[in-house]
Amino acid sequence: MSASAVAARDGRVIHVRHAKNHWGSPVIYFIALCLIAVCLAPVLYIVAGGFNTNSRLTIDPSGLPSPWQVNQYLSLLKMPLFWRMAGNSAFIALITVAAVVVLGVSASFVLSRYHFKGRNAMYMLFAAGLMFPLSVAIQPLYIMMTRIHLAGTPWSVILPQVAFGLPQTVIILTPFLAAIPLEIEEAATVDGCSRLSFFVRMVIPLSAPGVITVAILNFIGSWNSYLLPLYMFSDQSQYTLPLGVQWFSTAHSQDTAQVLAFTSMSMIPALVFFLAFERRIVGGLTGAVKG
Amino acid sequence: MSGSASAAKAAREISLDESIQVGGGDTTSPPPTAIHPRHRRTRWQTRLEISILSGPAIIVFLAFVMVPVLVALYYGFFSWKGYGPATNFVGLANYVWTLTNKAFWSALLHNGMILVLSLLLQGPLAILIALLLNQKMRGRAIIRMLIFVPYVIAEAVVGIGFRLMLQDVGAVNGLLAKIGHFLGLTDGKVLISWISNPKLALWTLMFILTWKYIGFAIILMLAGLQNVPEELSEAAAVDGATYWQIQRHIMLPLLAPTIRIWAFLSIIGSMQLFDLVYVIWGQYIATIAGTSTQVWFMATEGQLKGQLGRGSAISIVVFAISLVVAFLYQRFVLRRDTEGALTEREG
Repeated sequence: MSASAVAARDGRVIHVRHAKNHWGSPVIYFIALCLIAVCLAPVLYIVAGGFNTNSRLTIDPSGLPSPWQVNQYLSLLKMPLFWRMAGNSAFIALITVAAVVVLGVSASFVLSRYHFKGRNAMYMLFAAGLMFPLSVAIQPLYIMMTRIHLAGTPWSVILPQVAFGLPQTVIILTPFLAAIPLEIEEAATVDGCSRLSFFVRMVIPLSAPGVITVAILNFIGSWNSYLLPLYMFSDQSQYTLPLGVQWFSTAHSQDTAQVLAFTSMSMIPALVFFLAFERRIVGGLTGAVKG
Repeated sequence: MSGSASAAKAAREISLDESIQVGGGDTTSPPPTAIHPRHRRTRWQTRLEISILSGPAIIVFLAFVMVPVLVALYYGFFSWKGYGPATNFVGLANYVWTLTNKAFWSALLHNGMILVLSLLLQGPLAILIALLLNQKMRGRAIIRMLIFVPYVIAEAVVGIGFRLMLQDVGAVNGLLAKIGHFLGLTDGKVLISWISNPKLALWTLMFILTWKYIGFAIILMLAGLQNVPEELSEAAAVDGATYWQIQRHIMLPLLAPTIRIWAFLSIIGSMQLFDLVYVIWGQYIATIAGTSTQVWFMATEGQLKGQLGRGSAISIVVFAISLVVAFLYQRFVLRRDTEGALTEREG
């Protein structure tokens, strides 16, 4: 009750008087701090647990490591299979992003700049694609990939990921490209620029903000994907990190500290990536970024 | 008051436009109009350009999104283990097997419970927190960033982390023992089977899901709230409305389109839940613990048992159920946001 009273007073102060002091009420900060603690505690525990010893994890599983030891992390850095899995994840994510962006920008360019009969149908095709979850296609995709002898290769994950990434990409990018002013295209035409070279020289640079958002969303989606690699890969040398973490936790089930270290090592790239591009990711997801 | 009402209507229209874009949710709105200045070029040249630019995307999309559905329809009629040609035509046997399987219905029931509980737990919590955070305060950017962290980590990785923390001798029980000792409630160890106890397992799953996805819900709601013009709450405050009256009668109604979009995304996520369940509860325990889901059922009964024909049939069933749920939601809830456009396409 006291919380609402303080908040009530505070809300009015801010809205009516445009207070110079932009510190919110302490209660709000307290709630925010609790929320952040709950959100971060498991992540921090996993990272710290990697510095712990197994004996201490058995005696006092909720305690902090003492002394902090880096053995587990060091042995992972020396493990070729870890690097192999990280490399697989990175390769698959980068190729997926490149392909989605190239195909997505081209298709969106057609949808936003050309006038032709099947345009509506084409847009509806991609829009309908949003309704298709990966789970419906995963079993037949495995059958198809086995038939064309791609199962087990990175391409068996990349190709479906590109296909399932396209609808969202096209839906986000088409309004972006349509927003490029007509005058620019006319000026380019007058200067003897064909539509294709207008596309390469003007559209791609001008749509960069949208392209970056789409690229980041697809990168994180690919980095975190689990179902496709689970179906397609059967050998550890093919695994991506999420599969690798699961395999490692089973193979080293007695070595909890080492598993925690592996788990945190596989989160770190996604976290670093997120912290670097936080605005674009959050903006892209909430539709706030509109160039 | 009528002035602020029309302003509210305008704001609703603004926030509607914004929220429709969320998560690519504008499947039903018509495509933005194409701009086409006069180029001097022949027809066949235009056609060539269109095919070169959009052809690859359409081919990849059709080959790996649309064709698999047809492939699943075909193989669903066979009993097939994945090697050699599929010759053992069994008609509808795979579908009958699925629809008469108790484990399938209990998985579907779990999906339904997860769906309802997600909406009931995450929705009010996210709205409340977003309303509290929606004010000018220092450090808001950092708060937003940190509560979003769980959303960015892979579900599989989160699953392994929680499985270790929730073990009998794990961090959670250890922490509870410490708190119990501090409060003088217990002296010994706490041994709660968070994962294997059927009475607890679903709630454990709900906690992890809430932890992972509440940040996304809050950020979405905050974005929705930021589209509400400041003048509205200012005018109300001048008229003597209290903080909670403003939240209840201005912010909440104007947030409704965002809430409906969030609920849609949450429902789709609940229907497709797999990674977390499979990583934490594995191939066998999920049924006993009461956390199995329909996609989990598809993977364990199909691919993991080498029954690819059966897996195909289950994937069609799962797809049909998800589509019906999504369609019903669009028809009866989202309809308010996308009048006309929807019936034109789906009807």
